[in-house]
Amino acid sequence: MPQIGKAEAQKFVDRLPHCRELNIRVEDAAPAQVSMSLPYDARLIGDPDTGVIHGGAVSVLMDTCAGASVRMHPENGGALATLDLRIDYMRAAKPGDSILAEAKCFHVTRTVAFIRVRAWDSDTSVPVATASGAFTFTPISKSERPPA
Amino acid sequence: MSRQRPEPVQAIKERRDSVLRRMTNSIPYIQFLGVEFERRGDELTAILPYKDMLIGNPELPAIHGGVTSAFLEVASITELTWSNFWEVMESGGGAETDWSTEPLPPLPKTIDFTVDFLRPGLPRDAYARARVNRSGRRYASVHVEAWQDNRSRLFAQATGHFLMPE
Repeated sequence: MPQIGKAEAQKFVDRLPHCRELNIRVEDAAPAQVSMSLPYDARLIGDPDTGVIHGGAVSVLMDTCAGASVRMHPENGGALATLDLRIDYMRAAKPGDSILAEAKCFHVTRTVAFIRVRAWDSDTSVPVATASGAFTFTPISKSERPPA
Repeated sequence: MSRQRPEPVQAIKERRDSVLRRMTNSIPYIQFLGVEFERRGDELTAILPYKDMLIGNPELPAIHGGVTSAFLEVASITELTWSNFWEVMESGGGAETDWSTEPLPPLPKTIDFTVDFLRPGLPRDAYARARVNRSGRRYASVHVEAWQDNRSRLFAQATGHFLMPE
């Protein structure tokens, strides 16, 4: 069974070149549950009039966080890929704030994982965005399974 | 009856290209991803030239799903802004307006965006075209398709709803 914790989740993220570029950090990790942050970065601005981060950058954070929660699921054997992801944008993130995302892989079948994600800036009363989606993954091999 | 002389083709192209250039150059995130746009008449094609920095799965390797989603959202917002501004730009009086300084319209805001990942994004250039299926006074619905080597083999598609600027 794969190790599950903050260090493993950070290792997963650090192997992804795009996440290193964005400085995405794991804040916390538990089985099938991960939270991570995206620091504010002027390169990610989507609306120059307001300085608000582009929705695309938020979707990178949401997808990464969701993927990590699937990776941290005890049934996951390694490889995974996004099948579909729907993001709802509740409000603009405050310019200057980091964005914090929390993902939960709440159900898996043999090869499909279902996830939900929420994201906030410094105001935690209303999420900036939420997402739900499905991933495909390679299940752990029988030999890795703990004896019943 | 006197007929107005048609505008010189070079002036038309220059106006359209300069507006498109300003629209995309002003947005840092478009520059960060390196997204470019090609124009044929009013039709836009978004191009995402491959860079190692876009990778999200180093084993395959494959483009990050979030990057694919971001690329599709950039293509959708640009198409929506462009198609709305097209009428303003082409409604005559073009010759008197200085299109290099004319204020650009405010951007629409994404309400939701649903991405369907059909195949892994390979480490090479990607292309996308968006279609505005409905553009009302307040909301718009946009569909976008992305491919790499073959136009008919999409690697991702998405539908998004947008709040139009007041």
